[in-house]
Amino acid sequence: MVMKVYGSALSTAAMRVFAALYEKDLQFELVPVNMGAGEHKKEHFLALNPFGQVPAFEDGDLKLFESRAITQYIAHEYADKGAPLVCEGKPMATVGVWIEVEAHQFDPVASKLQWELVFKPLFGMAVDAETVKENEAKLAKVLDVYEARLGQSKYLGCDCFTLADLHHIPTLSNLMGTPLKELFEARPKVSAWAADIMGRPAWAKVLAMRNQQ
Amino acid sequence: MVMKVYGAVLSTATMRVFATLYEKDLKFEFIPIDMPAGEHKKEHFLAVNPFGQIPAFKDGDLKLFESRAISQYIAHVHADEGSPLVCEGKPMATVGVWLDVEAHQFEPLALKLRRELLYKPRSGMATDAAVVEETEAKLAKVLDVYEARLSQSKYLGCDCFTLADLHHLPAMTSLMGTPVKKLFDARPKVSAWLADISARPAWAKVLAMRNQQ
Repeated sequence: MVMKVYGSALSTAAMRVFAALYEKDLQFELVPVNMGAGEHKKEHFLALNPFGQVPAFEDGDLKLFESRAITQYIAHEYADKGAPLVCEGKPMATVGVWIEVEAHQFDPVASKLQWELVFKPLFGMAVDAETVKENEAKLAKVLDVYEARLGQSKYLGCDCFTLADLHHIPTLSNLMGTPLKELFEARPKVSAWAADIMGRPAWAKVLAMRNQQ
Repeated sequence: MVMKVYGAVLSTATMRVFATLYEKDLKFEFIPIDMPAGEHKKEHFLAVNPFGQIPAFKDGDLKLFESRAISQYIAHVHADEGSPLVCEGKPMATVGVWLDVEAHQFEPLALKLRRELLYKPRSGMATDAAVVEETEAKLAKVLDVYEARLSQSKYLGCDCFTLADLHHLPAMTSLMGTPVKKLFDARPKVSAWLADISARPAWAKVLAMRNQQ
């Protein structure tokens, strides 16, 4: 039975999961969830994710939700397939730190900026300049730490590409289409890292999915 | 060389790490960081956590930060000591989901309420009743999901106590001294689970550290 991902090719959280599956060359079926019609709040979807959020995931009778829990399951369960996205032993501890950093330091700020600069315009809503200014300053500080880290390590978690890097790609990619691009480009190591991870063939496949929508 | 935890006994994130170490009966050295004096923003501390937040952690020459990365490192490296706090194989996938639920669904709400109901009064600032009402409503919905989950599973991640439960203890315990307690008391499975995990000897040791301050 093929793995199923319930979500939308436009959801950054779902894109995290697609990216992990493509990195591992795994077959999967996308089951679209019509957010506009409130499908994610209906009984049949709540049975997959009681919090009513995308993505949800099935591998046989295993049901999972929370994109980063799904990617970590995929990376460990299919460790021998495709790109290694986690490490074994002690190096995993540091990868674990940077997985948390993406989730707690980068994503809250980046998601707010993504909402203001990418999604609000799409919905014809007014951008809150105050929120953008405040979060841009926070993002700059986070990226200063990334710049220092990437001066010591080829990728965030270790010298190989791992989930610690992958989890950034969907939101990072969206922000690169906004004036915030300059925050990344102003920092040479961050800029090179961003170009490198967005240049991966697996990510191109995720974008192709999105462009078909 | 003994493990070192840099932080503060009143910090919920630091308490997560203490709880994990006590669950595993592991020796450690606590190095207090003077937050009011801004020690967490000084060079020597930024060398252990470049984001200038507590806790930070050392095990020999391995330096870690982000409380949940630290607790997971401890739980895996010392898997054979004290309480098992993670699972091996497929059950870990579901524990992983609920680890992310605590981090992304529960904690942001719990910390907002803690700030309004505990910090602000202590600092002579006015509680924002509208924020409390809105956040309580969101927390109630999260706890409804927990109630359903705990009807199917003895603990959140699986039938054993794991980090998915432990990570809740610091923020949840602090809310028990506020009117938010009623949200937990009103839900029988949640209430029983909370009582059970709060009664663990390891948690009593963490509270004893706090009460010494």
